[in-house]
Amino acid sequence: MQMIRCPWCGPREEVEFHYGGQAHVPYPAEPAALSDEEWAHYVFFRDNTRGVFAERWAHSAGCRRWFNALRDTVSYRFLAVYRPGEARPALDQVGASS
Amino acid sequence: MTTVDAFSTDPADAVPHTPAAAAGDRLNGTPPRTPGAELPEHPDFLWEDPEPKKSYDVVVIGGGGHGLATAHYLAKNHGITNVAVLEKGWLAGGNTARNTTLIRSNYLWDESAAIYEHSLKLWEGLEDDLGYPILFSQRGVLNLAHTLQDVRDSVRRVEANVLNGVDAEWLEPDEVRKVCPIVNTSTDIRYPVLGATYQPRAGIAKHDYVAWGFARRVNEAGIDIIQDCEVTGFVRDGNRVTGVRTTRGDIACGKVALAAAGSTSVLTDMLGLRVPIQSHPLQALVSELLEPVHPTIVMSNAVHVYVSQAHKGELVMGAGVDAYNGYGQRGAFHIIERQMAAAVELFPVFARAHLLRTWGGIVDTTPDASPIVGRTPYDNVFLNCGWGTGGFKATPGVGWVFADTIANDDPHPYAAPFSLDRFVTGRLVDEHGAAAVAH
Repeated sequence: MQMIRCPWCGPREEVEFHYGGQAHVPYPAEPAALSDEEWAHYVFFRDNTRGVFAERWAHSAGCRRWFNALRDTVSYRFLAVYRPGEARPALDQVGASS
Repeated sequence: MTTVDAFSTDPADAVPHTPAAAAGDRLNGTPPRTPGAELPEHPDFLWEDPEPKKSYDVVVIGGGGHGLATAHYLAKNHGITNVAVLEKGWLAGGNTARNTTLIRSNYLWDESAAIYEHSLKLWEGLEDDLGYPILFSQRGVLNLAHTLQDVRDSVRRVEANVLNGVDAEWLEPDEVRKVCPIVNTSTDIRYPVLGATYQPRAGIAKHDYVAWGFARRVNEAGIDIIQDCEVTGFVRDGNRVTGVRTTRGDIACGKVALAAAGSTSVLTDMLGLRVPIQSHPLQALVSELLEPVHPTIVMSNAVHVYVSQAHKGELVMGAGVDAYNGYGQRGAFHIIERQMAAAVELFPVFARAHLLRTWGGIVDTTPDASPIVGRTPYDNVFLNCGWGTGGFKATPGVGWVFADTIANDDPHPYAAPFSLDRFVTGRLVDEHGAAAVAH
């Protein structure tokens, strides 16, 4: 089982976490202005990256807070974790696994 | 030559593989043996390994069951044989080799019942069609109900199945016990069995034989199966794709058909086409070989496990997907642990069975747990993906309707409800939870 580093609690076992899918998907600024197609893309379409993916996790059996992570979807290795509101770390600044 | 039981543990049966034995017995003068020389000749190859041609009428991307079945029906039903099936690895080495081989058609919605029942009918004649044994065994499937809501949903699904001509019945716990005596139907377990739906025509098949049977027929039809050939890009001309770039050179094409399951998004990203797919690891496992103990297939959504017994004797079990996106063809062990706990609760007789091996595939899941089959914004690119955890059972059915869609540039009636634009129109085919699907 992987250890995932919660940015508040530190390393905890994977079973304490829930997955939240792609990170940085903002709610539409003007929802009423969206076409059906744009709504469909907001609701149903997410990136499905093979490689480094920015995604949301919740430490649901711990502090119950959400955070973001950069994770490699092939090796499953976490490259970085960061709190909501923080910018996605540049790839050349990560590399150390949590 | 003496035959030796390969599974014997009796030292007297052991094959002498010591260096001295291989070198021959120098004392009595027997000549040295070449290791392996006593093996039989290699059987005939079922398909060739051609170099790609410069151009094809149709390029199918993905040499798994779906890609091969599509090529088969392109040739058989439509006379289209200037076709290449491109496979980035080896033939049928992805989900075709990794699934738990369950075949059934007891889906809730009319659209699903139509395409899966079409597929099941093709399975029933597939051995004759392919001229190749596929060990299709219609041993039935039980979908267990563990709560009052499960019972209501299951009875509703049975009624829907019957209306759609799919064989289905509702069984009370004592009838479940008659079909599968080893299921724990006592009331003192955490999720007691309150009954089950039963589809007697459901079954299993030998997945490798299915792929080989299709590959053999496809090869006979003059279609090129090109393995070790990864697509690295597309040559576009406006709304058309005129060529496919691969690790074995550029290939011009009249039409392109995507059948790449978990790797679909990698291809559609190259095309600038967004598809609502998330790729997840899905794990399965087998036990050691056991005497026949399990006469049917048992699925349980509530405790997330499905079990059958392969012809050879292994118990074959599958779990739900690992929660995160993944392309690694492996998953986390705690998923296996939960699955085993569920299996042992339902089948106490399995408690002493040993786990032989586990593995993972990459499944392409969609928001409504239904596939995407049909056209794309490109005039000559066709899409077959999104079968998620249940694509094996659809192999001949989707091959048939996808080939028809490609040949006629128009979705086959069974494919039409599964268009990409249903996510814009909102006309989803929501099989989540409805179809006895353990996602």
